[in-house]
Amino acid sequence: MTVIEARGLRKAFGATTALDGVNLRVEEGRILGLIGPNGAGKTTALNAILGLTPYEGKLNVLGRDPWNERDQLMRDVCFIADVAVLPRWMQVWQTLDYLAGVHPRFDRVKAERFLAKTTFNRATKVRELSKGMVTQLHLALVMAIDARLLVLDEPTLGLDILYRKQFYDSLLNDYFDGNRTIVVTTHQVEEVEHVLTDLMFINRGRIVFDCSMEELESRYAEVTVHPEQVAAARALKPMHERRVIGRSVLLFDRVDRQQLAGFGEVHTPSIADLFVAVIGNQAGQAQGVAQ
Amino acid sequence: MNTHSNSIPESPREPQTSESQVKTPVVIPESRRLYWSVRRELWENRSIYMAPLAVAGVTLFGFVIATLGRALAMRDLAQRRAVLEEPYTFAALVIMATTLIVGIVYCLDALHGERRDRSILFWKSLPVSDLTTVLSKASIPLVVLPLLTFGITVAMQTIMVLLSSVVMLASGLSPATLWAQLSLYQMSILLNHLVTVHGLYYAPIYAWLLLVSGWARRAPFLWAGLPLLAIGVVEKIAFNSSHFAAMLGSRIAGGGEAAPFPMSNSATMHHELTLLTVGRFLVSPGMWLGLALAAAFLAGAVRLRRDQGPI
Repeated sequence: MTVIEARGLRKAFGATTALDGVNLRVEEGRILGLIGPNGAGKTTALNAILGLTPYEGKLNVLGRDPWNERDQLMRDVCFIADVAVLPRWMQVWQTLDYLAGVHPRFDRVKAERFLAKTTFNRATKVRELSKGMVTQLHLALVMAIDARLLVLDEPTLGLDILYRKQFYDSLLNDYFDGNRTIVVTTHQVEEVEHVLTDLMFINRGRIVFDCSMEELESRYAEVTVHPEQVAAARALKPMHERRVIGRSVLLFDRVDRQQLAGFGEVHTPSIADLFVAVIGNQAGQAQGVAQ
Repeated sequence: MNTHSNSIPESPREPQTSESQVKTPVVIPESRRLYWSVRRELWENRSIYMAPLAVAGVTLFGFVIATLGRALAMRDLAQRRAVLEEPYTFAALVIMATTLIVGIVYCLDALHGERRDRSILFWKSLPVSDLTTVLSKASIPLVVLPLLTFGITVAMQTIMVLLSSVVMLASGLSPATLWAQLSLYQMSILLNHLVTVHGLYYAPIYAWLLLVSGWARRAPFLWAGLPLLAIGVVEKIAFNSSHFAAMLGSRIAGGGEAAPFPMSNSATMHHELTLLTVGRFLVSPGMWLGLALAAAFLAGAVRLRRDQGPI
C-alpha cells in the first residue's frame, strides 16, 4: 500500500519557494533516500509529511492529513528530526516512563534491551551524554515504537564514523522488517548507499530524480573511457562527463552495457556521482536559461 | 534476518514480539496523556515545588528564631503569646507570593523553552495533541500550584503550631487558640481562596503569559508586559483615564469584588473572609469575563503550538 502520497505540494516562505509542486509516492516496505543540496527543500518536505508545517497541495500519509491530524498520525509515524532534540534536562528513565505513558505502540521491554547495550545508566541526564550517546538513546526509543513509517532527517549529522556505522547497522538489523517504511535525508550519501531501496533527488523544491535502486543498477552505467575512444563514447550522449586522474569518466542513462564495455571499464555509478550528474546538469541548464 | 530464529539472543524475543502484538491495540485515553504530560512538567520544572518548599524552610527557620529567641525573651506572657500567634498569616502569604512568582516564570517559559532548545521536535514526534500539551502546561499554575500552596502551607503551619505549643506549654500558657490556626474552618478558607483566586481569578493572567510564551521568538517577558503598558499609556493620553490599569490592578490584587487575603492579623482575616463566600465570588461578572478571556488565550496558545516550530 501507499504510505506517502504527495501531489503538487507547495510551500513558500515569503518570497522563497521551498517546495515547488512536489509529487512523490512511497510504497510500504521501502527505504527511501531523499537527497538534495542545502536549501533544496528536503526538510520542508519532511516537515510537511510529519505535520510540522502547513502546505498547499495534496498530501496523504497513511491515510491521514498530517497538518490537521498530527497527533493521531504520530501513533504510526516516528521521526528523528535532528540529532540532539531530546530534551537536555530529561533523565533516561524519564524518557522511558513518558513514552510508555503516552505512546500506545511503545514497547518498554524492547527499549530497555536496546539500552542495555549502551554504557550510560538510567539516571543519566541527556545533557550529560555525548552527541553519539544521545543518538543511541533516541534510536533505542524510536526502534521500540512499532511504527509503520520512520522519518530520519540528517540522523547522523555531526556523529563520528563509529556511531554513524552503528546507527544504520542497528536500523537495518534490529528494526527494518520489510513492512516498515523508512524515509531518510542525509548528506552522507555513501553511508546510506547500500541501505536504500529507493532514491530521490530534490532540487529547488522539485523532485528531479526518482528511481529504485534496482532500476538504478540496470539503467545507469559509468564508463572510464580509454582516451582514444572518448569521441566515440561521447557520440552516445552521456548525461555527464568528469575527469578522474586524466581519464574521462562518462555517465550514461539507458545505454546497453555491452556496447559501453568496448569503451573501457563499466560500473554502476555511486549515488554521489549520479547526484552530481543530475543536479550539476540542472544547475548548468538553469545558468543557460539565465544567460 | 530469518536466520535469527535459531540463534540464541533471539529466543527471548519471540514471546515479547507476540506480547507486543497483543499490546498494539491498546488505546491510551487522552486523560492518561494529560497525566503524564503534567508529570513531565514537574520533572522539567522542579522549581514548581522546590521553590515553595525552600521558602517554607526559610520561614520555619525564622519562626524558630522568633519562638526560641524573641518570644522567650518576653517577660510578659500576653506579649509572648502575641509573638507566637503573629506570623501565621504572613507565613501563608509568603508561600502564596512564591508560588505566584513561580507560576509567572513557569508560564513565560512553558511554550518558549521547548522551541528555543528545539526539543519541540521531539515532543511533536509523539502522539500527544497540542491541546493536551497546552492544557497540561496551563494546569500547573491553575491546579497544581494552588493545591501545592495549600499542602505546603498546611504542613508549614502544623510544624509552627507544634513548635509554639511546646513553648506555650512550657510557659504555662494554653495552646488552644493556636490550634484554631489549624481548624477545618481556617483550612477551608485558605483552600477556597487558593482555588478561586489563584486558580480561577488569575486564570486570564496565566493564560496570557502562556499565549505570549508560545508566540514570542525572544524576550517573552517583555512581550507579556509591554502591550499591557502600551494599552494603559494610550488610554491615559487619549482619554486621560486609567480604567485599564485599575482593572489590571484589581485583578492582580485578587479582585475588587472579592476580599483580598488581608495583611492584617488573624482576627480581621477571620472577619473579612467569612464574608467571602465562594458563591458570591463565582457569580461576579469579572470572574466569568476573566475565564472567557483565559479560554480564548489558551485556544490561541494551542493554535500557536501547532503553527510554531523551533526558533
